[in-house]
Amino acid sequence: MPTVAPLDIEGHVVSTHFLGDIPFFATAAGTIHRLDGGEKVTQAHQGLLTCIRDPFSATLLSGGEDGKVVRIGHDGETTVLAEVPRKWISVIAGGPQNAVAYAVGKTSVVRQGDGSVKEFTEERSVEGIAFANKGLRIAAARYNGVSLHWVGTNAPAADLDWKGAHTGVTFSPDGRFLVTTMQENALHGWKLDGKAGENRHMRMTGYPAKVKSLSWSVKGKWLASSGAPAAIVWPFSSKDGPMGKAPLELGTRANIMVTQVAFHPAEEVLAIGFIDGMILGVRIADEKEALLRRPGKGAITGLSWSASGKLLSFASEAGDCGVIDISA
Amino acid sequence: MTDQTTEAQAAKPIPVTVLTGYLGAGKTTLLNRILSESHGKKYAVIVNEFGEIGIDNDLIVESDEEIYEMNNGCVCCTVRGDLIRVVEGLMRRPGRFDGIIVETTGLADPVPVAQTFFMDDDVRAKTELDAVVALVDAKHLPLRLKDSREAEDQIAFADVVLINKTDLVTPEELAIVEDVVRAINPTARIYKTSRSGVDLSRVLDQGAFNLERALENDPHFLDHDHEDHVCGPDCDHDHHHHGHDHHHHDHDHTCGPDCGHDHHHDHGHHHGHHHGHHDSMSPIHDITVKSISLRGGEMNPDRFFPWVQKITQTEGPNILRLKGIIAFAGDEERYVVQGVHMIVEGDHQRPWKDGEKRESRLVFIGRNLDFAKIEQSFLACQATAKTPA
Repeated sequence: MPTVAPLDIEGHVVSTHFLGDIPFFATAAGTIHRLDGGEKVTQAHQGLLTCIRDPFSATLLSGGEDGKVVRIGHDGETTVLAEVPRKWISVIAGGPQNAVAYAVGKTSVVRQGDGSVKEFTEERSVEGIAFANKGLRIAAARYNGVSLHWVGTNAPAADLDWKGAHTGVTFSPDGRFLVTTMQENALHGWKLDGKAGENRHMRMTGYPAKVKSLSWSVKGKWLASSGAPAAIVWPFSSKDGPMGKAPLELGTRANIMVTQVAFHPAEEVLAIGFIDGMILGVRIADEKEALLRRPGKGAITGLSWSASGKLLSFASEAGDCGVIDISA
Repeated sequence: MTDQTTEAQAAKPIPVTVLTGYLGAGKTTLLNRILSESHGKKYAVIVNEFGEIGIDNDLIVESDEEIYEMNNGCVCCTVRGDLIRVVEGLMRRPGRFDGIIVETTGLADPVPVAQTFFMDDDVRAKTELDAVVALVDAKHLPLRLKDSREAEDQIAFADVVLINKTDLVTPEELAIVEDVVRAINPTARIYKTSRSGVDLSRVLDQGAFNLERALENDPHFLDHDHEDHVCGPDCDHDHHHHGHDHHHHDHDHTCGPDCGHDHHHDHGHHHGHHHGHHDSMSPIHDITVKSISLRGGEMNPDRFFPWVQKITQTEGPNILRLKGIIAFAGDEERYVVQGVHMIVEGDHQRPWKDGEKRESRLVFIGRNLDFAKIEQSFLACQATAKTPA
């Protein structure tokens, strides 16, 4: 039976991430809490809007109401990478060789490890940015599609068009697919390695709510999503992705929305967080469910696995966070 | 989520005030007053540019107006994407402020702003549109109406209109401006001010967009001829004698509150501009928004709902606002309905009182609407009407 070590934090907690075996919790007020031989707190922002795990390094990246872009180390040390007075930084992405990208209005700013800065301006606001896994390339989600830019060249953007507002973007781990969340209750996907003339679009619809959380399984065989009273898990193992296939619906509960999903780093096991604070673990192979946490005070806003896959941290909008040990 | 609603989600929605008005109408002055005067409340303000707001405040957010058409094939279903993001961020720490104010640019269409608070589930769950306040420059309104549609839209869409800079016009000019505002929007509360000097309690926390609350505050706001109608406490004008003859134009003219003459059956029938005394002062000629106040008896819900659904689907792009109180046959409660373009919402408000006349009233404000046809089809929804062939 998993054990839950609670951590109560004041106010809305935006996200949680592990760096090694140390869980971090980022609050909307701008504090970063970490459990490293006791609770340690550092102030990263005056008002924090987003905090992500840099997929390319053992650090966190955050953006705030104070216009700052901050890198946070495993010891909680903060480094201000950029500061844009009077602008909110709510979109941020980490790339290879310590590159960081963030959005300021209609512009994606890429700051490379050597401090050089490159800007890519779109016609509309940039709502999401992701780095490709190979090469220094970014995808900027915006109204009516996604723009792909090679950071090192001045070549024009490759545009992936689809009508509507795209609010977030992610590359599949193998780089063959690109998926966006939309203002509508839908995902949209593009097959990036398609032949000329081939239909490259993937529409993933049917959600009762907006999709705010996405997670790829190890090796990218599955893409899990929130936005329904079950985790909606799309199959991406075939060359055409989920085209013509129905998704799995895992952890179905009547009328209780899934707000967060996080795949285990090694196994095809999905952690599912709900709007009432409950957390389930579900194995893809047999869809077997395990209750990891009973309902709490608020919606789950973040889920993160430790590198070993034995610990799962969770964040809540009401501040009732914690760490679940599933090996116990 | 029914009984599964958690503490955090059960919090009272934060009121949102939308401030519209042309450049120079006095928005910044009003904002500065809201931010600096001691009224015991704190407001988060979303602006397009910091501009001349000379006040240092953590809660002023600069945001690029970003209009999104919803992907549902409806051209009028637009929302402000940037507002969705900013409101989500603000609402994570709701204890910091008592309300949110959205300042739009002078040329902004107020509709996407308002629709954001209806069409986005997340925004809707945590906030409530309190009122749309339009500032009008008394001196320049006639000119604005000539050269832009937005000035008219802003008035048509407002719950509260501040006719500002009254010190720069003559009483006669002011009377014309007020008539114009009334003609565009018969249901708005109008205040006449100079230097945006309105009592802030008339602008903030109005509950004007919530029809149920609007009716509680001012039970007669749909009754323009009702003697108890509140025209705004600062209203000092005489509705009956304007001292000049523009009332005789009388084409689709909608009278101000307390207006004595019977106009309820005239709407939509006097289309001709048959006035010989054409007066270059009269900006009413530049108005393209019109309104109709419908009145009927008890309605048959099986006719009314399909009707209102159909009319908002087919005429949605032309309908700026609709508001009404409906009496349904056999229903002990008043039903209130309101809409923006294609969005219509309705709910039971309260039981009919003893002796209260059970009648249905509905106001449409819009463009290119066939009022005669709307009235006819509205009346055909009455419980006593003959079933249409």
